[in-house]
Amino acid sequence: MAYERTLQSMTWADAGHMAPELILIAMMALLIIVDLVLPRRIDRSIIGWLSLASLIGSFVSVVWHIQDQADQSQESIALGLLNDNYRIDDFGAMFKLLLLTAAALIALWSLGSMKRGTRGQLDHQGEYYYLLLPATAGAMLMTSTGDLITLYTGLELLSISTYVLVGLRTKRDVALQAASSEEKVSAKPAEAAFKYVVTGGISSAFILFGMSYLYGLTGSTHVGEIGSMLTQTVDSFRGLIYMAFFFMIAGFGIKIAAAPFHAWAPDVYEGAPTPVSAFLAVISKAAAAAALFRLFYNLVFPESLSNGNTIGHDLFRAVLAVAACAMLVGTLSALRQHNMKRLLALSGVANAGYLIVPIGLSFYGAHSNNAAELFFYAAAYLFMNIGAFAVLSIVAGARDSESDDSVQLRTFEGLYHRAPWTASAMIIFVLSLAGLPISGGFFGKLFIMMGAASTHAYWLVAIMAGSSVISYYVYFGIVRQMFMRSSGDVSVHVPAASGTVVWLCAAATLVLGVYPNGLLHWFEHVFSVVNDLLVLRR
Amino acid sequence: MTIDWPILSFLVFSPLVGAAVLLAMPSQRMRLLRWTAIIATLLPLALAIVLYIDYDPSKPGTAYDEQATWISIPLDKTAIGGEATYDLHFDYSLSLDGLSLPLVLLTTIVASMAALASISIRKRWKSYYFWLLVLECGMLGVFLARDLLMFFIFFEITLIPMLFLVGIWGLFDRERAAIRFLLYNGLGSAIMLVVFVILVVTAGFSYEQTAAGMAHFGYSGSYDVIAANLSDPQAYANQFSQAGENPFYLSDTMQTVLFILLLIAFGIKLPIVPFHTWMLDVHKEAPAPVVMIHSGILLKMGAYGLIRFGFFLFPEQADKCSTLLAILGLINLLYGAVIAFRQTELRLVLAYSSLSHMGIVLLGLSALNEIGMQGAVFQLISHGLISALLFLLLGAFYERTSTTKLDELGGLARTMPFMAGALLAAGLASLGLPGLSGFVGELLSLLGVFDSHRVIASIAVVGIILTAVYVLRAVMGVSFGTMHPRFESVKDARFIEALPIVVLLALVVLLGIYPAFVTEQLHHSFDSMLQQLNLRVGG
Repeated sequence: MAYERTLQSMTWADAGHMAPELILIAMMALLIIVDLVLPRRIDRSIIGWLSLASLIGSFVSVVWHIQDQADQSQESIALGLLNDNYRIDDFGAMFKLLLLTAAALIALWSLGSMKRGTRGQLDHQGEYYYLLLPATAGAMLMTSTGDLITLYTGLELLSISTYVLVGLRTKRDVALQAASSEEKVSAKPAEAAFKYVVTGGISSAFILFGMSYLYGLTGSTHVGEIGSMLTQTVDSFRGLIYMAFFFMIAGFGIKIAAAPFHAWAPDVYEGAPTPVSAFLAVISKAAAAAALFRLFYNLVFPESLSNGNTIGHDLFRAVLAVAACAMLVGTLSALRQHNMKRLLALSGVANAGYLIVPIGLSFYGAHSNNAAELFFYAAAYLFMNIGAFAVLSIVAGARDSESDDSVQLRTFEGLYHRAPWTASAMIIFVLSLAGLPISGGFFGKLFIMMGAASTHAYWLVAIMAGSSVISYYVYFGIVRQMFMRSSGDVSVHVPAASGTVVWLCAAATLVLGVYPNGLLHWFEHVFSVVNDLLVLRR
Repeated sequence: MTIDWPILSFLVFSPLVGAAVLLAMPSQRMRLLRWTAIIATLLPLALAIVLYIDYDPSKPGTAYDEQATWISIPLDKTAIGGEATYDLHFDYSLSLDGLSLPLVLLTTIVASMAALASISIRKRWKSYYFWLLVLECGMLGVFLARDLLMFFIFFEITLIPMLFLVGIWGLFDRERAAIRFLLYNGLGSAIMLVVFVILVVTAGFSYEQTAAGMAHFGYSGSYDVIAANLSDPQAYANQFSQAGENPFYLSDTMQTVLFILLLIAFGIKLPIVPFHTWMLDVHKEAPAPVVMIHSGILLKMGAYGLIRFGFFLFPEQADKCSTLLAILGLINLLYGAVIAFRQTELRLVLAYSSLSHMGIVLLGLSALNEIGMQGAVFQLISHGLISALLFLLLGAFYERTSTTKLDELGGLARTMPFMAGALLAAGLASLGLPGLSGFVGELLSLLGVFDSHRVIASIAVVGIILTAVYVLRAVMGVSFGTMHPRFESVKDARFIEALPIVVLLALVVLLGIYPAFVTEQLHHSFDSMLQQLNLRVGG
């Protein structure tokens, strides 16, 4: 069928398909009003519960959609609404499930951790909870679009919401800072917010700049169309195509915080409220990785199929180079890090490296399993990372005088004696982060290594294994503090909601490690490269 | 086979039962915890003995085999196209053969003895025994697993308990020793993982036509599948093709690289000389019962891995490298012996002695004939028992004298005749006195090497003499000579200490006078490997 250039209009059925995002956006609007109308004396945690409920509602609607598709036909055909501006396919849906799970866990944990109103911790603030929703919706939009403009819109929705989230502070902090211009009050949140706005802006600019080249070369913003056009124009515009993609890799590299584009991450994670750090570490990363994945397999992959040393191969190799760099830089610079939030940020840099390996591997020989590898590792990373951040905030809560951003490695001293169960859960996260069995992180890494080995990228396998070993030193420094030191008169109070999040994450990490079948079977069952990943003109 | 319940699974996981029971107990009841742990280690010991009696070497490989599908992941079919199934397969697979059996028995014995010897532990008993039992589970799993992933996981499971056992209950510099242990061994297992991953995606690939006419492609982590594919000239892994056509092809160079990587990976564990520094730290800092296990079993895992994965999977490459192996073994033997002679610390004498004895294992393996390899395995068992005994005694001495410096110890035979006597016997076994187990291992290994590397074997004999020198120097120095006055009131072994000493000593003597106890079981283990070697190398 010929491609129609007219914009399709939106119908009620389409709105039904877009329910997951629409629920979040509608709830955000509603919660803003509720926050305004509610009398000041009422605890804002009610808004937190409502936004948690809407995240769960959105999750349910995604699941319902996947089931619905699976019931209708054997091979679920993806829907492209509004000229593929909004794609309803299983690649997007599966990643949306991850993003929503992460957001819901973070919301639940915030409900537990924010009650205390200590310095550097947020009180229950309406803004915080209702901004989680558009941020998540933006991330979801990034995973389910076949058009550069919509992709950019999703990216900005995510970015702008998180700019605000990073800068959020308690009213008490603001008052304190206004009262005294001394450096008693940490300027870190403000610094973090500013840094994040600037680097985030640069990232968006890079991506947009790269996109503009692509549009200039092909006259389209539809990724499937650009992909097929590029194969024809490639010979005349090699330099421009390289430029376009290098800018986009750099832009997404900043969003994913993959070295060498990671310098902002430790500062921002340190200054941001801890749940927001986790949000950046998990949701921003996963969404950007998923978007990059779809872009590469639509734009670059068709070109790389032609014989010879193509641009496509170079670009895939460039992604692998970034991945290798991120793994090494992330682990090496974490070696001397004593601040826990910065340490987790750098661990996130290393994990970003693992995460984008499947993107760069391309299809080779009998290997086309990249999407499952990316998905599984993102899932494992979600649980271990949120878990570790939640433990951090619990430990920080023990010291009322300190805020989260000053939590040092030493703060974990003797945690086993103070809170044995939390310490045990932390061991699971540490094992998973370090890639040791039996944990989701181990299996995720193994799976990616298998992929790399079957495309004969042995050097990458070696780097992955090597950086895991280096990271043992980093992560087992935490274990050493928790189990081998006996100090810690400060007792640890574990809020019920935070404790629940920690244990949900720990259980999920273990399950993914012992029985990865379940998730991967399901993924293989619903996902197909041709139908769900590629955005072809029909 | 007369046992129809999954005895191997029971064996491997029985220590965990004990560990779970321990977790439910109050942490201050030291006696209760100790006896529970001791009983928990007796359970796998009993199972291992049952296996030992029941195992019939005339039917190797088939006797005990437990398999179940563990992980089966469907892979994306886009790349292969068409109607087919395509998956990645890891089995839960335990199996017993003549090579595993003596090592399993050794593990359970040493673990029980270490649990008995753990009376010297003074704090946090609950966690201590918990980790000890988890460690035992890991070790048993390593010797029985027949799937690459399972093997790797059990190998890694031994790391974490050791980290805690050294880092919490060790001596002064324990944390550094623990982290060093973790990093070195982590590096070893990372290299091993790289090799395994490459093996699974090349030699592990297989294609079959199912009954319904559907094609089935799959990667498998099963040891048997990989071994069969590597030795089968028709398998994908051995089909040479022009660049890129067959992604599963393993070239000769690649196979050699894999063998060398395995040698390094397991060489760190064994340890082979440039990689041995971590092991000295562990010997120096870890509590005595943990060193018993470490020196008695964990080092043997390295040798076992080298035999099972290096020699059995890559016999040709092993043959190519056999001179290198022999030289490495010789260096281990001589270096360990010479340095041991220069030590002033009894712990380090014994640590270097372990290094030296592992050299004999390497020598025996490098012979690549039945007698040499039997000698190597025999040496593993014998050294496992002897070093466990030596470190048991060392721990007992240390508890009484608070020192292990050779110039402070002396004349202990006067106040502790029983322990000093046991030390002398263990020392004699270690230096290879005929009639004790050490002799058999060394004799068989050297006989084997004499066949293939005559010069090296001749030099190795010097090492045996050096061993005698340093062992006697250390043992005599501790037992006789002038005694420090503050040791006058120390007491000889209590019953709970004497028991493991007697058991270990009895086994050392038994193996010395009746070596067939081990060699009979080993008899068929090397057959298939040597056969294949003869087939391919032609003699």
